[in-house]
Amino acid sequence: MTARPLRGRLERYGPPLLAGAALLAAWEYLPPLFGISKLLIPRASAVAAALWVEIERGLIFDAFMVTLFEALAGFVIGSVTAIVSAALITRSRLVERALMPYLVGLQALPKVALAPLIIVWVGIGIESKVAIASIIAFFPVLINAIVGFSTVEAEKVELMRSLVASPWQEFRIVIFPNALPFIFAGLNVAIVFSITGALVGEFVGADRGLGNLLMQLNFGMDIAGMFSVLVVLALLGVALHALVRFAHRRLIFWAEPENIETNTP
Amino acid sequence: MTAGMPDPLIEVAGISKQFRTRSGDDVIALSEIALAIPVREFVTIVGPSGCGKSTLLRLIAGLVAPSTGRVRIAGTPVSGPRRDIGMVFQVPVLLPWRTVLKNVLVPAEVIGLERRAAAGRAHELLELVGLGGFADKYPSELSGGMRQRVAIARALMHDPAILLMDEPFGALDAMSREAMNLELLRIWHASRKTIVLVTHSIEEAVFLADRVVVISARPGRVSDVVEVHLARPRTAKTRSEPEFVRIAERLRGHFEMVQAA
Repeated sequence: MTARPLRGRLERYGPPLLAGAALLAAWEYLPPLFGISKLLIPRASAVAAALWVEIERGLIFDAFMVTLFEALAGFVIGSVTAIVSAALITRSRLVERALMPYLVGLQALPKVALAPLIIVWVGIGIESKVAIASIIAFFPVLINAIVGFSTVEAEKVELMRSLVASPWQEFRIVIFPNALPFIFAGLNVAIVFSITGALVGEFVGADRGLGNLLMQLNFGMDIAGMFSVLVVLALLGVALHALVRFAHRRLIFWAEPENIETNTP
Repeated sequence: MTAGMPDPLIEVAGISKQFRTRSGDDVIALSEIALAIPVREFVTIVGPSGCGKSTLLRLIAGLVAPSTGRVRIAGTPVSGPRRDIGMVFQVPVLLPWRTVLKNVLVPAEVIGLERRAAAGRAHELLELVGLGGFADKYPSELSGGMRQRVAIARALMHDPAILLMDEPFGALDAMSREAMNLELLRIWHASRKTIVLVTHSIEEAVFLADRVVVISARPGRVSDVVEVHLARPRTAKTRSEPEFVRIAERLRGHFEMVQAA
């Protein structure tokens, strides 16, 4: 009885764990073999030690929480605003046609370029980072939600019309759930973007957060310390992405893969 | 129908419908259609594809407005969709994120029927269409025929007097289709609805109907109306009765003429 699940777990987790161990070993032992200074690429063990130092100093936990909050708040504000905007825009074919070229144009603008401006407007506190993260999270969700709200089978709408459904009922029962696979394609991108937004905001001007810590360590030429912040950032990204994927699986178990639009970054 | 008959439930009077195509031409989809359908009659409308028979159904449903003429249901003019009609489309149009039960409950939700009573009725309807044990399944777990049964149960949810069906079994294979025809007759007997069913299958039209309305193509006109006096309940054997064969032959004659023209 116990042999089977154990074997299943081995098959599932074994290969990635082995690959991880191999990568760590390569990181630890390869750079010196090629004569690369450990000042430029510190060994994995040195990074682990640096991470431990940062944890003991207590700064990195505070920085982690700040950046997590900025990214999450930005993600939530940006996504919700985007979904509501998309719902309003797609209410009218005319409005959609009028705005779409500009939205696509704005989508193409690298939003991080707005960061200095927003720091000037909002200040160097947490708010400006939340604002930047929201703006960056906003567009992928908006564009995907617009596509999702406008690609409903005519028959589904006709069914609701034949029942004399109100526009709100039509939206709630058919159009919104129907658009969820598209919206989630946007959310998957937005969650990673919002971390980037928070981080870039911290680079431009901040007194807290992982981006700020990274810059401080950079000024101090503490390369191992910088690597330890990168490790924490990677963990943050993986955790937030897993959160969205979890919601995704729970909410749109019914969608066939080919229905899901590929991401627009 | 003769003067002695009671007022028809559905009355289609002098209906014409023109569409404008993308290239700007006017196409006459339906021309001078007149029909009177009494309560509890099972009428099938048969015609070649593109003859406007689906449009006729949408006109009765109030989903499309006629260019001229009018439709009356129970004496009142149809000016838009109405809740005494249940629709079944060519495809089941189920919501894949809802269970079978919750799909059947969509009309109850839209109309605002009392929840517990509605859930009870939905279970009864699922029994009626032979899906008693499938309430908690998702549409993706059902076969094509089962999905269309869910659509029929949904159409009956708000207890409409009229069921309008647009080639409901067109996507099914021949065997499931014949099984569904028998099922539909059983449901019709049990629910006592007035049914108008559009099909391009002559056999299906004759097998189900009290009356078959033949519509010709471009412009769509009523070219024949045939009363079907086959005994009910009908069974698989009905299809080999001389009367069935005779009517089917007569209907087929219309379409051969169309093809020759």
